[in-house]
Amino acid sequence: MSDAVLTLEGLHKRFGALTATDDVSLTLRRGEIHALIGPNGAGKSTLIAQIAGNLRPDAGRVLLDGEEVTALSVAARARRGLGRSFQVSSLAEPLTVIRNVMIGVQAVSGHSFRFWTPVHRDRRLLEPAMAALARMGLEHRAWTPVAALSHGERRALEVACALALEPRALLLDEPMAGLGPEGSARLTELLESLKQEVPILLIEHDMQAVFRLAERLSVLVAGRVIAHGDVDTIRRDPRVRDAYLGE
Amino acid sequence: MLALLLVLPVAADLLGHPYYVSLASRLTLIAMAAVGLNLALGYGGMISFGHAAYFGLGGYIAGIGAYHAFDATAFMGLLPGSDNLLVLWPLAMLACGLLALLIGAVSLRTTGVYFIMITLAFAQMVYYFANSWPTYGGQDGLPIYLRNQLPGLDTQDPLTFFLVCFTGLVLAMALTSRLMGSRFGAALTMARLNETRLATAGISPYPIRLLAFVVSAMITGLAGALYADLNGFVSPSMLSWHMSGELMVIVILGGVGRLYGPLAGAVLFIGMETLLGGLTEYWQLFLGLVLLGVVLFARHGVMGWLDGGESPGREPHE
Ligand SMILES: Nc1ncnc2c1ncn2[C@@H]1O[C@H](COP(=O)(O)OP(=O)(O)O)[C@@H](O)[C@H]1O
Ligand SMILES: [Mg+2]
Repeated sequence: MSDAVLTLEGLHKRFGALTATDDVSLTLRRGEIHALIGPNGAGKSTLIAQIAGNLRPDAGRVLLDGEEVTALSVAARARRGLGRSFQVSSLAEPLTVIRNVMIGVQAVSGHSFRFWTPVHRDRRLLEPAMAALARMGLEHRAWTPVAALSHGERRALEVACALALEPRALLLDEPMAGLGPEGSARLTELLESLKQEVPILLIEHDMQAVFRLAERLSVLVAGRVIAHGDVDTIRRDPRVRDAYLGE
Repeated sequence: MLALLLVLPVAADLLGHPYYVSLASRLTLIAMAAVGLNLALGYGGMISFGHAAYFGLGGYIAGIGAYHAFDATAFMGLLPGSDNLLVLWPLAMLACGLLALLIGAVSLRTTGVYFIMITLAFAQMVYYFANSWPTYGGQDGLPIYLRNQLPGLDTQDPLTFFLVCFTGLVLAMALTSRLMGSRFGAALTMARLNETRLATAGISPYPIRLLAFVVSAMITGLAGALYADLNGFVSPSMLSWHMSGELMVIVILGGVGRLYGPLAGAVLFIGMETLLGGLTEYWQLFLGLVLLGVVLFARHGVMGWLDGGESPGREPHE
């Protein structure tokens, strides 16, 4: 229990008549990748949004390192070390890659009510931002506008932006979507190297990547966790095969 | 461009054309008011249709200060009047800052067209308030018989007053440039480009926007205080939505989120008004056509067209 970085307790979320999250409880432990799988429309992104604070759950609690954060804003949770990526990239297109990362460093290295020092020569912003980019193999693209990046580079940049927060937990929503086998393999390696440093709640459809990376899996169908366990348990679970793996 | 703006009035003064000096002062102050608006509208993406409220409030503070100083009476029976600009300017900025804090705190809860409408509504409230307060002239406005004073300078001299205005413009532009290069500017830029990214990066957009809105109003308010002194007169027309609209047109003409945009826009606007306004009372028709051209073909205004149409928010040249 003590090594749970992120804890969800009985989350519920309804959109009108649709129950998008139905009594979801799970934990993310130090040093692990916990994969959340399930068919499209199962409520995975909705769950991430409740953890990150973009959506308020109707009931239930979110705890980060044992402290309740359910009532905090997106920004406040991010400052407490909750990093995330979006299923559809959310970046500032006209700005350079490094600017997108620096904004996260800015939040954790003090506050943004500084009005005089130019950021473009502030080493306390540039160096950690460069380090985060280097983790994702993007340092050579630092001064390129985001608009000029490939799809794969954008996916990696989203993770770099989250890393800039020096996060305690990462929430990644389908980071490999649309990457192709080569890109997926590269990102899989990068995530593997990250997990000792920061635990990851990973939503992913690429089963090869999931089975290679994850310690534990939760299977979400129609807002409910229908199965939960380590890789082998989930592989053998008949309900999971029926509902999701389609074998 | 700034150098040209400095040289021409000096030359006009030497050649004995005080009209052109005061025209240059007017242009400078309108540009300065637009520099203020540009911080909110251009850099912050907050389309305020109510900046006349700050322009006019600044003007009224200069006017009311002078009125009570002239009469040796007190504002609402409490505060003595003053014709010292070193008192009036900070007062104008403080009042505009507080008004913007109030208006911004409410308006920034909304976005898009609602934000535009609510800023307009607040400004209209201020407008009607000034219209119906007879002590300070109501709809007739309030004359300033003697231009307010700066210790050691003769503000009655057109060239001296122009140089004061010019200094104000330069300081406002320098402040904008410095702010936008800072951490605060980086956050404001991100609030405009992608609010979700900013929040996800751990920075709440609301207080960043609110502060930018307040600073923006303070700059416009100071320009308004100077403007009232320039004209020797302040009236509700400084508070009217036409004024808000003109400032918006100037910012858009010049190029939103461009440091020199408001100045370029003011040159174009006042230039057309002066040249065409003398020929036909329908000069605003031509203004409309130019505005249409800018919006359709040169999205980044005159400044964008001059330096190749890159989008704002690009890297500063290092
Ligand atoms: N803001 C919303 N309003 C109404 N319905 C929503 C909203 N967001 C998601 N949904 C619905 O909730 C369900 C779960 O969506 P989502 O979390 O995106 O699924 P997943 O990420 O697992 O594919 C879907 O049926 C979707 O249409
Ligand atoms: Mg999804």
